[in-house]
Amino acid sequence: MESPGIVLGFYLLAGLTLGSGGLVFLARNLLHSLAFLVISFLSMAGLFLTLSADFIAMAQILIYAGSISVLMVFAVMLTPLASRDNSNSIYVFPALISAGGIASFVAFIAWDTDWSGPGTDFDSTIGTIGQLLLGKYVLAFEIASVLLLFALVGAIMLVHQRDEDSEGTS
Amino acid sequence: MIEDVLDLILTIGLMHYLIVSGSVFALGSVIALGKRNAVGVLMGVELMLNGAILALIAFSRFPPAGTATTAALEGHVFVVFVLTVAAAEAAIALALAVLVYRKRETVDLDRINLLKW
Repeated sequence: MESPGIVLGFYLLAGLTLGSGGLVFLARNLLHSLAFLVISFLSMAGLFLTLSADFIAMAQILIYAGSISVLMVFAVMLTPLASRDNSNSIYVFPALISAGGIASFVAFIAWDTDWSGPGTDFDSTIGTIGQLLLGKYVLAFEIASVLLLFALVGAIMLVHQRDEDSEGTS
Repeated sequence: MIEDVLDLILTIGLMHYLIVSGSVFALGSVIALGKRNAVGVLMGVELMLNGAILALIAFSRFPPAGTATTAALEGHVFVVFVLTVAAAEAAIALALAVLVYRKRETVDLDRINLLKW
């Protein structure tokens, strides 16, 4: 991991991830912070590519930058009378203190430990991931698909407006 | 001394990725705990999950010496499950936000306080 392209790419993408993540916190408008969140997700996918995780990078772009951000836009658009500002609650100061503790603790552990080993570049990860998912982890894979199905059915049932509801309120 | 510092900066290793991962996690925890809007809190949770994913991928890229490729790629399989759970969680949480908005006409978490005494 010493070629200049990788080094430059790492620092650019890490700066973009952390910078747009900070702007998610600082932006005044909720939709602006949502846009910065998408930039943060995309540069995180670039970081995955520098770690030669091609499948996960594409899944990150599709799932996080694609569907989850669109879901959040839907949630903002479906609540038109709610406040659009991105203000902080009183818990932000203890949260800042604890987050500083977490970040400095992780950074100290990462700096202090001897992570020996140069690391390996994978040619293509997709075949091996598929074999692991449908071989060793097939039970967890099926449970995850059932979880996803239940979550989608549950979400539809939660927001579905039944006839008896609207009769009582309107 | 200067060569050591330059080497630390210019040789990207597991340490650098773990520092980025911890910083993204900490940033996400600030957003998740400190925002008043429910959608903002959800953004913070997604950032925290992203930081954890980066740590998993980095450990999978820098395994201990003598690890087989199949064993190293189990980290990627874990990431696939984290992505699945994150998608399910986002769908449910946003449905709950829309439901709360229908009853109270707000998604401000400071004003959803019926159970508070």
